[in-house]
Amino acid sequence: MLNRIEIKKKLKAILPTVVKPGRYFGGEFNHVVKNWDEIGLRMALVFPDIYDIGVPNLGISILYETINERPDTLCERAYVPWLDMEEAMRENSLPLYTLESCTPLAEFDVIGFTLPYETLYTNVLNAIDLAGLPLRSTDRNDSHPIIIAGGHAAYNPEPMSAFIDAFVIGEGEEAIHDVLDCIKSAKTENLSRLQTLEQLQAIPGIYVPAFYDVTYNKNGSVQSVDPTSPKFPKKIVKRVVGILPDPPTHFIVPSIDVVHNRIAVEIMRGCTRGCRFCHAGMVNRPVRERSVEQIVNAIEESMKNTGYEEIALLSLSSSDYTQIEELVSTISEKFAGRNLVISLPSLRIETFAVGLMEKLKGVRQGGFTLAPEAATDRMRNLINKPIQAEQLLETARQIYSRGWNSIKLYFMIGHPFETMEDVQAIADLCKQVIKEGRKIIGNKASLHTGVSTFVPKSHTPFQWTALDSIPNVLDKQNLLKDQLRTPGMKMTWSNPRETILEATLSRGDRRLSNVIEDAWRHGAKFDAWMDQFNYNLWIDALEGAGLPPEIYTSREREISEVLPWDHISTGISRKYLEREYKKALAGETTEDCRDQCLACGIIPTLTDQLKEKDGVNWVCLEAS
Amino acid sequence: MQRVRIHYFKGEALQYIGNLDLHKVWERTFRRARVPLAYSQGFHPQPRMHQACPLPLGFTSQVELLDFWCDSEESLAELQSKLEKSVQPGIEIQTLTNVPLKSPPLQTIVESAVYYVTLPEDCDLDPIQEKVNQLNRLEICMRDRRGKQYDLRPLIKELTFSAGQPATIYMRLMAMPGATGRPEEVLEELGISPFVVDVVRTELTLLPVPEEVENNV
Repeated sequence: MLNRIEIKKKLKAILPTVVKPGRYFGGEFNHVVKNWDEIGLRMALVFPDIYDIGVPNLGISILYETINERPDTLCERAYVPWLDMEEAMRENSLPLYTLESCTPLAEFDVIGFTLPYETLYTNVLNAIDLAGLPLRSTDRNDSHPIIIAGGHAAYNPEPMSAFIDAFVIGEGEEAIHDVLDCIKSAKTENLSRLQTLEQLQAIPGIYVPAFYDVTYNKNGSVQSVDPTSPKFPKKIVKRVVGILPDPPTHFIVPSIDVVHNRIAVEIMRGCTRGCRFCHAGMVNRPVRERSVEQIVNAIEESMKNTGYEEIALLSLSSSDYTQIEELVSTISEKFAGRNLVISLPSLRIETFAVGLMEKLKGVRQGGFTLAPEAATDRMRNLINKPIQAEQLLETARQIYSRGWNSIKLYFMIGHPFETMEDVQAIADLCKQVIKEGRKIIGNKASLHTGVSTFVPKSHTPFQWTALDSIPNVLDKQNLLKDQLRTPGMKMTWSNPRETILEATLSRGDRRLSNVIEDAWRHGAKFDAWMDQFNYNLWIDALEGAGLPPEIYTSREREISEVLPWDHISTGISRKYLEREYKKALAGETTEDCRDQCLACGIIPTLTDQLKEKDGVNWVCLEAS
Repeated sequence: MQRVRIHYFKGEALQYIGNLDLHKVWERTFRRARVPLAYSQGFHPQPRMHQACPLPLGFTSQVELLDFWCDSEESLAELQSKLEKSVQPGIEIQTLTNVPLKSPPLQTIVESAVYYVTLPEDCDLDPIQEKVNQLNRLEICMRDRRGKQYDLRPLIKELTFSAGQPATIYMRLMAMPGATGRPEEVLEELGISPFVVDVVRTELTLLPVPEEVENNV
């Protein structure tokens, strides 16, 4: 394999020939370059898509900063090259290398992938292959790095289980240090790969799929998932941090334009709303907030360190952050007049939200985004996101009359038991919204409707439900397209075939590893890119593996069925999910659990982890 | 309000960063340094900065110029020290000078640029000397740039070859709006791949500033 100097020399000839060569050269402000020869433990973090998408990823930013704070470890980054660069790399036998030091990935002790969504899986395979490493865990030996992965999609690790040595289930801030300590001592003691993996499996929240066996029923569903030895736990419980640590403040500042050029501060983690379709809302419990002081200090520090012109205050439901008013007024006073853009997404649909946004409004402003998800009471009750139509209209009136010309509304189609009347109601509601806008600001008013298709996700109350069929989804999309693309109105929607892939991978079992590999070998990559996605490769791969896609998508699963991810615990009990599923079918809503504890199971399952830090019993946030 | 001209080196770390992106790199440098840039008026206020002349990707430079307008009355030494602490790797600030507020935009007063090309050791030098001579003798040299015919010859003001260790080529090219010679096009004409050489911009010649502006600091 080429060494660093040879790689740099080849890059000189290659980079002028590819699009956006700045993606492949590193040198960004705040990148960390440590002395390779003086540091014993080396980790490469990989985001499995191109640089432009990977750099703003908050998970990578958090890990990069916390790992590089360790004096005993160096952490560098790599991203997947775009097609032109990949071709040039393969032609020139250039291995995937890290941006900081041009070191081939294969020379690291650990490679860590983040898996925020399923359509990145083939890119992971491509990255492992470009690194010159055997794809499958079983084909790698003591001379190869340990490959770990984490992130939201890793809550169902099974489809990627053949390629990843160990998954980190849950939050990485503390778990990553346990993993690194373990690999460091394994390296010192010269342990074999198998011994190292056994030690990793002993860390709470770590899942080594090789130590678990899966059997299947005749109908194709999973029969059992069992550890190969009694020394491995039956269930892997996710990792959480009891108190959110200080957020990262030394973000990489790329020298080229990427998808988000901003400081991102997570103001709160977790959500108590209990929307039944929402994976993030279920897997990130319990709710933990950062203090206003902690957030404001982090912004000041990050501004000083990055010079970014944009700040995003992130959470799953910003209106539920208990100090939201104080936070917004402090930030608007402190950072006024500095030509900044401050965004506060995920606001609840109420006029209060408009007031908050008004305070943050700088010289520049974008549209105002709201996510009603459904337009009839029946559907809203089913998904447990009850909002009154009048409340949405009043909020829209406020938005249009207080200086915004454009509103973006997110809806989802394909909910269980959805009828064409429910879909027609989306069109009707949108027309009412734009009508209100026109009354206030005339033809300047615009409305952008984003219509996604519901994908049943693991670990949610809808994990048993069927995915809507392609003909149904197309009918529903056509109904909306006919009515929502008039002057002033714009609509975007998702490709139902991509939805099928997402649904297959997100609720699949480990037999899908063969499918993913087969699809990749036939050219599948960048499946999240509309112009690169090739549905037929996936259908062929499923067929080749003897797995009809229906067993993963259009089939409603029995409550009694063993689900491929049942051995992974998010802390929420299966009983709670079953209860919520049944209530959904009965059209009953469930209140916010801040008003009344719903015994979701989080506290008893995670109590040891949650109290570790301060020694006192942890309680969930209650309604103030 | 003052207008300040920065002379800086653009090094290897930023050789693949284009002009637009470089603008952003500078904007963030000013924000980190807490140097208050003046903003344009209007619906999308933009920081007021001008760059002299875009540097082709893959090259380095010892003569990059940037003008900025700033609301602070700080001295040039203070500004320079603040900026040096915040600047991106790949930028080396040389000097700061004041420029009359009404001086014409920087990009309109560049006349020509000098590029210094270092050839690789394994390069066959004999045909290069000959081709340099040939090109110098030509009166016109028609080429194709993105489907448009143009004459490269009048854009070359000087072109010399020196067969030292390493061998180098010196070229002074026109760099006026609508009449800009590109070093990689001259290299192609000489049969040299621009991907194997090192190119450094070493000089920018500016047109003289009209006297009435000069007196009106």
